[in-house]
Amino acid sequence: MALKMVKGSIDRMFDKNLQDLVRGIRNHKEDEAKYISQCIDEIKQELKQDNIAVKANAVCKLTYLQMLGYDISWAAFNIIEVMSASKFTFKRIGYLAASQCFHEGTDVIMLTTNQIRKDLSSPNQYDTGVALTGLSCFVTPDLARDLANDIMTLMSHTKPYIRKKAVLIMYKVFLKYPESLRPAFPRLKEKLEDPDPGVQSAAVNVICELARRNPKNYLSLAPLFFKLMTSSTNNWVLIKIIKLFGALTPLEPRLGKKLIEPLTNLIHSTSAMSLLYECVNTVIAVLISLSSGMPNHSASIQLCVQKLRILIEDSDQNLKYLGLLAMSKILKTHPKSVQSHKDLILQCLDDKDESIRLRALDLLYGMVSKKNLMEIVKKLMIHVDKAEGTTYRDELLTKIIDICSQSNYQYITNFEWYISILVELTRLEGTRHGHLIAAQMLDVAIRVKAIRKFAVSQMAMLLDNAHLIASNTQRNGICEVLYAAAWICGEFSEHLEEANQTLEAMLRPKVTTLPGHIQAVYVQNMVKLYASILQQKEQSGEKEAAQEITQLMIERLPQFVQSADLEVQERASCILQLIKYIQKLQVKEVPVAEEVIALFAGELNPVAPKAQKKVPVPEGLDLDAWINEPPSDSESEDEKPKTIFHDEEQRHSRHRQPEIDEEELARRREARKQEQANNPFYIKSSPSPQKRYQDTPGVEHIPVVQIDLSVPLKVPGMPMSDQYVKLEEERRHKQKLEKDKKKKKQKKEKEKRGKHHRHNSLHTESEEDIAPAHHVDIITEEMPENALPSDEDDKDPNDPYKALDIDLDKPLADSEKLPVQRHRNVETLKSPDSEAPLAEKKSKKPKKKEKKHKEKEREKGKKKEKEKKAAEEEEEEKKGEDLDFWLSTAPPPASTTQPQSQPEVGGAHVAESQEVEKEEREERDEEEEDEGKKSSKHKKKKHKKEKEEKSKDKKKSKKKSHHSEEEAAESVQNGTLDDEPLPPMSSYRLLAENTYVKMTYDIQGNLQNDSQVTVSVIFENKSTSFLKSMELNVLDSLNTKMLRPEGSSVHDGIPVPFQLPPE
Amino acid sequence: IHFILLFSRQGKLRLQKWYMTLPDKEKKKIIREIIQIILSRNQKTSSFVDWKDLKLVYKRYASLYFCCAIEEQDNELLTLEVIHRYVELLDRYFGNVCELDIIFNFEKAYFILDEFIIGGEVQETSKRSAVKAIEDSDMLQE
Repeated sequence: MALKMVKGSIDRMFDKNLQDLVRGIRNHKEDEAKYISQCIDEIKQELKQDNIAVKANAVCKLTYLQMLGYDISWAAFNIIEVMSASKFTFKRIGYLAASQCFHEGTDVIMLTTNQIRKDLSSPNQYDTGVALTGLSCFVTPDLARDLANDIMTLMSHTKPYIRKKAVLIMYKVFLKYPESLRPAFPRLKEKLEDPDPGVQSAAVNVICELARRNPKNYLSLAPLFFKLMTSSTNNWVLIKIIKLFGALTPLEPRLGKKLIEPLTNLIHSTSAMSLLYECVNTVIAVLISLSSGMPNHSASIQLCVQKLRILIEDSDQNLKYLGLLAMSKILKTHPKSVQSHKDLILQCLDDKDESIRLRALDLLYGMVSKKNLMEIVKKLMIHVDKAEGTTYRDELLTKIIDICSQSNYQYITNFEWYISILVELTRLEGTRHGHLIAAQMLDVAIRVKAIRKFAVSQMAMLLDNAHLIASNTQRNGICEVLYAAAWICGEFSEHLEEANQTLEAMLRPKVTTLPGHIQAVYVQNMVKLYASILQQKEQSGEKEAAQEITQLMIERLPQFVQSADLEVQERASCILQLIKYIQKLQVKEVPVAEEVIALFAGELNPVAPKAQKKVPVPEGLDLDAWINEPPSDSESEDEKPKTIFHDEEQRHSRHRQPEIDEEELARRREARKQEQANNPFYIKSSPSPQKRYQDTPGVEHIPVVQIDLSVPLKVPGMPMSDQYVKLEEERRHKQKLEKDKKKKKQKKEKEKRGKHHRHNSLHTESEEDIAPAHHVDIITEEMPENALPSDEDDKDPNDPYKALDIDLDKPLADSEKLPVQRHRNVETLKSPDSEAPLAEKKSKKPKKKEKKHKEKEREKGKKKEKEKKAAEEEEEEKKGEDLDFWLSTAPPPASTTQPQSQPEVGGAHVAESQEVEKEEREERDEEEEDEGKKSSKHKKKKHKKEKEEKSKDKKKSKKKSHHSEEEAAESVQNGTLDDEPLPPMSSYRLLAENTYVKMTYDIQGNLQNDSQVTVSVIFENKSTSFLKSMELNVLDSLNTKMLRPEGSSVHDGIPVPFQLPPE
Repeated sequence: IHFILLFSRQGKLRLQKWYMTLPDKEKKKIIREIIQIILSRNQKTSSFVDWKDLKLVYKRYASLYFCCAIEEQDNELLTLEVIHRYVELLDRYFGNVCELDIIFNFEKAYFILDEFIIGGEVQETSKRSAVKAIEDSDMLQE
């Protein structure tokens, strides 16, 4: 038995493959964790072995465990080992594991750089492919920087399989290493016209992704994409292009006009829903960007709406959902066209799918009008009753309130109705939105004077039935409405018919179970009620009844005095004392009602939530200036507290600074003093913290204090927000005159309902300028200086895409070129036999050189800047014109001058004059020159020199130093001509020929710098002996010069860094 | 596409592919959250869920859920097509694919996905060439 177990475990140790592991895990359901930890131990054993097959198997198993949620980061090094296996089978597993578990924090990832580079240049396309795939998952900024050039080279690989992968990876590289975008972009653009559809679509994908984030840099590509769009039949590509246009049109409305036609054609013709949906979306975006002044596009809108209707009517929930989603976009700009489909949208409210119902609700918001509001809300109320889930019901509730209150109650014609809706809503169980309802009640009651009587009666009813609402207080927010009810009844108690009854309702013991802030409102408003009852009784001479009511208060108030809530307790005890005092007076038969009612004299007015913000800063007041001398840094510690104290005092004395004129100030100060005097709750000792709180906002740096204040302001006139809110409002009374007018208007509106149309429009207008005098200031106050609308604001500063906001039309500066590992070929030349040096050695060398190289680049860049500038400007101008031309002329987007072709044109021009000079070239065969010297010279050469030499060197595969044109050229001259199609650029022509040597040449516009051309020359040894040394020279002219290594003179030649064997 | 998840009806993860880098802990949290959201959804509901600032697009094939997270502006229907295309690819490769195929050959499922999508973007829209690429590289493996 024991033997068997041992044997079994040995077997497992060597044999267990992935399948066994999976099976094992499935068979050990009960003790999975234990089984897996056992497996991990085995895997650790396996990883220690030298056999790469065993290791790969172990890594494969680890990858599976990783998916199950086990940490395998400890095996990172082993994964790299497997990645570097020479067999594809293992390499593949290694890369898979790496792509699953490596991330930017994995420290061993640096070790992979050279392995990946090696794989990228592997002759086997699948090696390259797997490396690219892996890289796409774990590329880091470092990797991106080091490998950008290699990947860029692969973008011109002969195999489309590699090209397309390389193109897609470039996107990831751009994200990690934005500097690479500009150098790589010309080639990326080239790939848009790649013969292979896969590569093409990959390029479209990448550019679309780039352009979506920073559309303005890609406007110049519009003509090219337009051509693609009209010619492509691949829906995948089409969708991407159309999406791209959707991003571009807001920037260039003319583009939109041009797009409408092909898009509508597509909408008509396509059968693919995804394409249709994308088209509709883009058409909507286009129409939004065109906005006004395009009356003749109502047809396209109609078409979109029709198509969307088909989507919504579809039985497929997905289409329905998206149809509604797109519809809501149209709604914003063309509400009319959507409104005609109200029936359909109301139907969607009955849908089983909650997400669809929510979308439909969103739509309803924009569809209401005065006529249909009641009808729609009635429907919604029915849904509220039926709704099961609380979330959905809450959503309904908020939507009802949103719909009704939108644009300042624009659509409500009957406020009694609205109040009753609100009251009905209070019967909802378990809603979280009690405060919303409460806020609405308050808002309506305060702002619509005519409705107060009705509102008060309804609220009294609510208070009477408070037990229904409060019965389940603790667990829901609906009791918030009692807050509103109590306040409304108290504040507008003159409208109350059964004041006694309401007062009694408010004094019920049950009230003490309500949340503290509501009790506080209760207490405060009881007094208001009490005051009005008292007045009533005194006037009618019922002294008995008046004393009775006082007695009632004295009996019941103590229950609030005992409250645990500080606010309630404080108010209650103050009021209790006050009423006891009143009782004494009453006993003496002194009429007190007048005085009591005076406590609450004056009307509370609503304050716009943002009113505080709109207070203008008076001239001459600099809010940022120090009031005192700023404390100097050298101040000793113990002095500091004093300064702070000083500061505050000072602040206090200046607290009225923000008010507009002195007279007004004096008047208000007077008013407040009176108010204070009348207010028994006002603590009259010098600067109370509350007072300072109230006063400081003007002087203090506004944004800070504002936040505190905006809370009471939002719920205007709430007694709970303490006396000083009242004062605050008093102060603003003047500013609110407009509002009063408006209220009157609303009142009128109610009385003569026939006329509301005109009134309403007026009323919205007046609402706009709640504080008209300050309106202008909003802009400067609310927005930071030169803030741009939306765009910039909602961008996350950490947004990785922001870094890619790069102008792509500018020619490349030298300093921007990608780091290239150009010394490689020299190395291999030097020691052609040492194929694969140690990885460590390799990784160190390139880095150092790269740095050096980069520095030099930068220096050069500075020099060249001047001469380039002129060219640049010209270039840009041309581009601008091009796009304009394309956009303004209606005829087919002739593929005439596309901006893309320009660099080449420029290049060719330079090349023309260059050709002549080449004749003057001298080349000498020199015997026996020191090889080491040569190669060191070569190292110094910049990769952007004009002349690039090629040879028949057999170590071709090692030569991946330069740009891809060279790579392409390489493959030609390497005799691989037969198996591979000729790259279009390899049109080599004869330059010169004699008995020793034959030279063919080709000129390329430099993709990365259009003021330079690259002339590639192929040397062929025609002689029978070894050509051991050559030198290349060109006589510079006015227009051209050869780029020479740093420090060499104009007449120096460049040694050709290779030797030519005889043919 | 930000990430792709495959999970069973029991909530067991079958495949995960991330096209954005996140710490493992975060990933696990997200996975748990998403599986819960999607499994709790009714069969008859639409396949789109707003989740944080992303949209989840999912589809159920037999007992397996395929779920992609995409951005706000991305096309939902296209994403559904992506999912479907991936399933087709699996189907073609395995020949009538089932959950067990994916469990036992999970690395193959990854390879196929990698041939189809790279870095969150579709790289090969042709089924034929994608499967061919896989088969060719499999040949190489032998």
